[in-house]
Amino acid sequence: MWRFILRRLMWMIPTLVIISIISFIIIQLPPGDYLASYIARLESRGSNVDQATIDSLRMRYGLDDPLIVQYFKWLGNILLHGNFGYSFEWRLPVSQLILERLPMTFLVATASLLFAWSVALPIGIFSAVKQYSLADYFFTVLGFLGLGIPNFMLALVFLYLSNRYFGLSVGGLFSPAYLNAPWGIHKILDLLSHLWIPVIIIGTAGTAGLIRITRANVLDELRKPYVETARAKGLHPMLLILKYPVRIALNPFISSIGFILPGMISGEVIVSIVLNLPTTGPLLYSALLSQDTYLAGAFVLMLAVLTVIGVLISDILLAWLDPRIRLS
Amino acid sequence: MTIETAASTSTASTGQPEESPLRLMWYKFRAHRLAVWSLWIIVGLYLMAIFANFLAPFDPETRTGLPYSPPSWPTVMADDGFNWPPVVYGVTSKLDMKTFKRVYTVDTTRQYPVKLFVAGDQQSWFGLFASDRHLIGVESGGAFFLMGTDALGRDVFSRVIYGSRISLSIGLVGVSISLVLGVILGGISGYFGGAIDLVVQRLIEIIQCFPSIPLWMALAAALPHDWTTVQVYFGITVILSLVGWTDLARVVRGRFLSLREEDFVMAARLAGASEARIIGKHLLPSFASHIIASVTLSIPSMILAETSLSFLGIGLTPPALSWGVLLQTAQNVNTLAISPWLLLPGGMVIITVLAFNFLGDGLRDAADPFAKERLS
Repeated sequence: MWRFILRRLMWMIPTLVIISIISFIIIQLPPGDYLASYIARLESRGSNVDQATIDSLRMRYGLDDPLIVQYFKWLGNILLHGNFGYSFEWRLPVSQLILERLPMTFLVATASLLFAWSVALPIGIFSAVKQYSLADYFFTVLGFLGLGIPNFMLALVFLYLSNRYFGLSVGGLFSPAYLNAPWGIHKILDLLSHLWIPVIIIGTAGTAGLIRITRANVLDELRKPYVETARAKGLHPMLLILKYPVRIALNPFISSIGFILPGMISGEVIVSIVLNLPTTGPLLYSALLSQDTYLAGAFVLMLAVLTVIGVLISDILLAWLDPRIRLS
Repeated sequence: MTIETAASTSTASTGQPEESPLRLMWYKFRAHRLAVWSLWIIVGLYLMAIFANFLAPFDPETRTGLPYSPPSWPTVMADDGFNWPPVVYGVTSKLDMKTFKRVYTVDTTRQYPVKLFVAGDQQSWFGLFASDRHLIGVESGGAFFLMGTDALGRDVFSRVIYGSRISLSIGLVGVSISLVLGVILGGISGYFGGAIDLVVQRLIEIIQCFPSIPLWMALAAALPHDWTTVQVYFGITVILSLVGWTDLARVVRGRFLSLREEDFVMAARLAGASEARIIGKHLLPSFASHIIASVTLSIPSMILAETSLSFLGIGLTPPALSWGVLLQTAQNVNTLAISPWLLLPGGMVIITVLAFNFLGDGLRDAADPFAKERLS
């Protein structure tokens, strides 16, 4: 087991390197370096920027170095000092902004994943056991609808319905009263009362796929001779299904976290922009619009790193569950 | 050569013509009813995109002077009785001075019969010739807005029809680029195996665990602002394909791996066929059907991605028209509250995505007509 985890961790290194390169490219992509836009912004406010200041800033950010040197400087600052650069838009260190937002993104994405899981598993098993029943068709249609409706559409419909019929806005994760309150049991309850809306919206897209996977897996297992044997021996049908086919069908279910988690993070970003949640989405969005490149690059970097860690955890879970994987 | 003729005469003599694989696939595809319907829906959607200037009652940029007018459908029950042709009524708008909302009242005395081939806005047909005929419509003045109007009084239904041109084509163009990338990289990976295979597989895994929306957002936002619509269109498609090729590459690689060991490939090799000939003549045709199925299944995600990006305002922007651009007007909850019909373009997205999903499902089942019926 430990050897598997170690090998898996080693594989993560090239992944992380490539992710960091992509994030660095994102920082460098917009035409002109960010200092130019910073100076333009300062000048538009009427303040005078003399050449000496510009030179010292260029020096400080190493903008005259070759790209490869800039990349290593940037990476070194992150790894050694936790310094992601500076957001000119917010006039704050990027790391501070990210730390405020990232945990909430992960909370929402994880909650959505758990939601998708807990809904898809029973429905998937049920659809397989009662194949071609009315309920099976109903859930199949529902699943496909979840697949076809864009996340943000669902969020918009939620916004519209709650505005129309309940007269309240569903935006945000906290009531205004708790926005700046210290953490406590009431604040957590308030968070939970807001959390379910984005969780359902983000979760539905993943649920559809998971139901299909579970259903197909359980169906495959149900046809195997050992199930027949167990049934012939008089095992209670419910117990039989839960004890054997479902357990084996769970494997692909867990490995699917690997590709569902990136989708959840993606969905979280776009839904949180629509619902204006205090997560990474709106901040990344505004950073991209105002070309606050260091902030945008850092967000993409951290979202990708978190996803990679999530996938790693799912792989370890899978190996723990299925000895064939960790021994191969 | 002699063997082949012998075989063909033997089948001819039994009187039972052998079914070609293509025909078998068609039989199998036809059995998937939902897929067949979806195929027709998709054909219809693309025809709609091609003949947009004839089908849309208005020019997408025509301002009718009736902003945020709710959808008004033609009725056959005018004047307390059945009436043919159906009519739409005129509307008068008034600004409610208390709420500052625009209130539309239907004026049943003004009736406009819905006519076919009605004269309307002048339309150019791909720059070839111009015509002012529209399939369906009413004379000017009637509120013939099947999906209401937007903030500038433009007919949403006409805009949806025109928007389908970009929304539907971006999926095809994007998938074509992904296909080229996928076949080349997946093919190399599967055919040669070894270290190349390992590198390509790692690359695919890395790209697949990248959350795509933030990446797309970042790349799309970095497109130069002075680009023309056409440049942005291709820029977006390239960005989408950079992520989208991985699934196709996996399919191609998997097929190459399984076919590489087949006897007919060995036979071709022994007969002295070159690598290029083996790949092009023997391998590609034998898994073309699988590729078509995978391609169909990856079109919807492209369409969804373009819609999401344009909805956020960092994909295509007006004057370009796509369903995502149209949905952008529905971003504000206050606008949405008074004019929920602005969400209707999203309905087209859902229909298209579902149709492509079902079609892809059916094609995947049909791709291998010799496979035994899957148990599930």
